[in-house]
Amino acid sequence: MTVRPTQPPSIVRRTLSGIALLPGIVWLAMFFIVPLAMMFVVSLGSRGPADSLILDRPSLDNYARALDPVFLPTFWNSIRYSVATTLLCLVIGYPIAYWISRHGGRNKTLLLIIVMLPFWTSYLIRTYAWMTILSDYGVVNSILEALGLTSEPIILLNTDFSVVLGMTYGFLPFAILPLYVSIDRLDPALVPAARDLYASGRAAFLHVTLPLTMPGIIAASILTFIPALGDFVTPDLLGGPESTTIAKIIQELFLQGRDWPYGAALGFLVMVVTLGGTLLALGPLRREVAGT
Amino acid sequence: MTGRNRWLSAYATIVYLFLFAPIIILIIFSFNSSEFSFGWEGFTLDWYPVLFSNDALIDAVSVTMRLALVTVIGSTIIGTLLGLALARLRFRGKGATETLLLLPMVTPEIIMGLSLLIFFFTLFGGRGSFGQLTLAHITFCISYVAIIVRARAVSMDPHLEEAARDLGASAVGAFRFVTLPLIAPAVWAGALLAFALSFDDYVVTTFNAGVGSSTLPLFIYGKIRFGITPEINAISTIIVAVTAVVILVAWRVGSFREDADVHVVAEEEPAT
Repeated sequence: MTVRPTQPPSIVRRTLSGIALLPGIVWLAMFFIVPLAMMFVVSLGSRGPADSLILDRPSLDNYARALDPVFLPTFWNSIRYSVATTLLCLVIGYPIAYWISRHGGRNKTLLLIIVMLPFWTSYLIRTYAWMTILSDYGVVNSILEALGLTSEPIILLNTDFSVVLGMTYGFLPFAILPLYVSIDRLDPALVPAARDLYASGRAAFLHVTLPLTMPGIIAASILTFIPALGDFVTPDLLGGPESTTIAKIIQELFLQGRDWPYGAALGFLVMVVTLGGTLLALGPLRREVAGT
Repeated sequence: MTGRNRWLSAYATIVYLFLFAPIIILIIFSFNSSEFSFGWEGFTLDWYPVLFSNDALIDAVSVTMRLALVTVIGSTIIGTLLGLALARLRFRGKGATETLLLLPMVTPEIIMGLSLLIFFFTLFGGRGSFGQLTLAHITFCISYVAIIVRARAVSMDPHLEEAARDLGASAVGAFRFVTLPLIAPAVWAGALLAFALSFDDYVVTTFNAGVGSSTLPLFIYGKIRFGITPEINAISTIIVAVTAVVILVAWRVGSFREDADVHVVAEEEPAT
């Protein structure tokens, strides 16, 4: 038996670790990166007879079509739904995250898990729940009518309101988690210190708490904006004919219209917006998600 | 100060209600005898037995369970290995690997769904097989497992494994009897999350499912697009109940709780 030096890590271990690394990298390269590259190639092609794909004459025609002013309302819908959802999640989520961190005491983890519980329940079912609540004869309208406040149903479902409500409800846990992590990391003595130095409560929040929890705010924004931008389930189920979003158009192009090159071009644009935004904030996001 | 705390607590209560009220309402209405779900017309259990004679539903549940099971096994093995390697190793391209790991999490699901559809269609000339769905599901679960395992492994003392080796354990033995038990809570948490993600997925699945590989979310979506039915309320109630039991068991077993604590502790440590 040989005497093993305590350091450095043996070649065997390094090889083993290398083998551990490979399957994941190969898998993600094969089933994530390659498909994305193929999506880009298809977006430069065009539709041939009988839904075939013509790929040997690449052009930017699909992108020109995508930027046609006809689609402005659709782009506008996607953007305002995502932005409204992100802002609402931040405004609703921040005080909750703060409350759990500062007043949760020994139950912090439990309170956090309870917040995350709805996330473990099917997104479809949660969206469907809002249909039963908001429909013309649903829970809200029944209550209003029973109380004699209204004589006929208020239209709540299939509006911008219901789409943003559904998205906010769906993505709120994604916002609360990173906000909590970054608020909890903040030294609780900092705010009293600022107050001792004659900062008002407002000033202490604006100049101490808010800047120091900015990584959490950025991570929360990314984690709500991205799913909201790519969401076609909520506009489809809770929105009306006017609520068409870019994601819904993409879904229809692929599954009904079968104009794949055009759908791929729209998809590529969505990805560029998403990745562009994410790369800008990747530093804070990596710290929040990876925990290092 | 106390007054402000009270406002904050009241606000927190309202948000917690907001999070749970829709689910509770759904459960209540699954026991409503009215066909149209609106307005309470009396208690009934009728909507439950109906489900068990619905062949399309039974098929969808069976596909979903098999899919989730294979996905959990595949993504947990690959993700755990990846998470461990990232936590323990210094190597060239580590930053790039971490970015590769994060990318699937920050890519909208619809993009992943449609790019995989193009990929499978070009490669196999068809879409919709169970195998393709499995590949797709494993792909979007790997990152989550890897990141959870990695967070746990980073907080683990690397000398423990070396100590085992010094005491004569083989590399495999040290991994099996030292490393694996230590990261087990994170592996279980990752597997649970992978199961939930796969079981619940609609977006990627809708792009890649075909005849004979229709899952439960596809079944539910097909129904609710055309309105509210008491059967869907009943299915939802069962799913919520099963989810709650699984979470409760995970919590009681302790792996989930322990991991949540470790996770929070790991995130509190200053960046290195």
